[in-house]
Amino acid sequence: MSARDRFNRSFDSFFLWLAKKFRQFVVDVGLIARFGFEGFRLFGAKPFRGSELVLHMEFIGNKSIGIIVMSGLFTGMALAYQIYLGFKLVNATSLVGPTVGMGITRELGPVLTGLIVAARAGGAMTARIGSMRVTEQIDALEVMGVNPMQYLVSPRLVASVIVMPLLTGVFDFAAMFGCWLICIKLLGMDEAAFFDRTYLWLEPFHINEGLFKAAVFGLFFAVICTYKGFNTKGGAEGVGAATNQGVVLSMVMVIASDFFLTNFINMFYIVFGMSSWK
Amino acid sequence: MEIKVLEESDITNVAPSNSAISIRDLKKSFDGKEFVLNGMSLEIPRGKITVLIGYSGTGKSVLLKHILGLLKPTSGRIHILGQDITDMDTDQLTKLRHSFGMLFQYAALFDDMSALENVIFPLKEHRRDLTREKMVETARARLKESGLDEKHYKKLPSEMSGGMRKRVGLARALALDPEILVYDEPTTGLDPVLTEMVDNLIVSTHNLRPGTTSVVVSHDLYAAFRIGDYVAMLDSGRVLLHGTPQDFLDSDIDLVKRFVSKGVRKELHVGHDDRSTE
Repeated sequence: MSARDRFNRSFDSFFLWLAKKFRQFVVDVGLIARFGFEGFRLFGAKPFRGSELVLHMEFIGNKSIGIIVMSGLFTGMALAYQIYLGFKLVNATSLVGPTVGMGITRELGPVLTGLIVAARAGGAMTARIGSMRVTEQIDALEVMGVNPMQYLVSPRLVASVIVMPLLTGVFDFAAMFGCWLICIKLLGMDEAAFFDRTYLWLEPFHINEGLFKAAVFGLFFAVICTYKGFNTKGGAEGVGAATNQGVVLSMVMVIASDFFLTNFINMFYIVFGMSSWK
Repeated sequence: MEIKVLEESDITNVAPSNSAISIRDLKKSFDGKEFVLNGMSLEIPRGKITVLIGYSGTGKSVLLKHILGLLKPTSGRIHILGQDITDMDTDQLTKLRHSFGMLFQYAALFDDMSALENVIFPLKEHRRDLTREKMVETARARLKESGLDEKHYKKLPSEMSGGMRKRVGLARALALDPEILVYDEPTTGLDPVLTEMVDNLIVSTHNLRPGTTSVVVSHDLYAAFRIGDYVAMLDSGRVLLHGTPQDFLDSDIDLVKRFVSKGVRKELHVGHDDRSTE
């Protein structure tokens, strides 16, 4: 076989592999989307899973508050210090507060909260549902006449969508507190100017934008993690692999979808005559 | 005693109302080429213990999943308590599954619930008319019936031995007073003492509940002969022989003779009189 033939064959097989992967990707996205839709639809079905919803909200939300507060505080402090160093060069240190505020509420707050909660609660969701799958507990639910999707998946999806904006609010607050600590207590900036500039530039819709993103991130990681757990195969190794895939895919989805959401929200501002920049 | 090899002609002459489970010409293929169940026909009589035996890969588990409505057949009909389940939708199957109690191979207990909570679970799901006190009372009665000591009621499954978990699994299966009890390889992985205990438990549970139909999937011929009123041997997706244990001893079918001759014949005590209960 000539070198050219070998090249052509390798070229063909590469594109065949690429086409196969792309096809599998499209199929997987379709399956995950259908799974998520079914999960939300079943939340409205009887019996109402109120106690499970509260239980999962407590697990995803309440038990994440500590790590969210710590992360928010240090993110706000680090960001404030870096921005201060940059703005000092152009004598604009009074704008550190609003700059940190906008960066945190619109981007870093929802994204970092999404990443932290996807790793903590999303991983736990996949591992829990996955281990139930491999130990036949999901089969047991089905044989008992309990819909496992409605019992295990629906409350987790709804809980994630409700809790994520709340956690993002906590992150935003902690980060702004960290920013205040650095600017006022450490760098000795004027407190009145700090608050005045922040109120002037930071609008409620900036905060709402971040909260909306957080709800979407909650939806994404909950659907992906429950899907991976629900379709776990094999024993303990399968649970480990599913948890790994669920967390990694959720994190990539949070970061990738943030870009598209930002553009979508800016389009929304333009269409409805709202300026995202004052 | 006459040996009965079930053929399609035999099956069609039996009215489904005489059987708890009636399977007619059941075929199942997952890939459209090879048939795991290949025209299987079987009548499981009401109020008796029927043991399904066979080598690995003969379709026992697939048959069980069809009986429970977890899989749809490629062709053929399945009647459960006189109802054709082949074309039932999810809601109809869910209702029908209230008639089933199932003991899984490894009990499949919910690992975040205590023994008592595991047994209360099906009552909470399907008997919402009962008060909490009544549910606890019923669950305690079932656990007592299964022979679990009261001091273990609050233990989690991870704190229980294999035998204890089987007892809790059986109590959970009995919680809704099912008409059909299904045991999926209940003695797999247990030592000889525990195996005998579980076998005795199956017989005593059956004797305490006249009219209940028990279906046991097993590969243990000795246990099958000891506990079964009827035994059905599966091979290549069909029923090779269905009859009393004595029919198996008298059989001229080569595969049955080989199965029986594996050191079982001399240990057998066939018949109800020899059955021991706990």
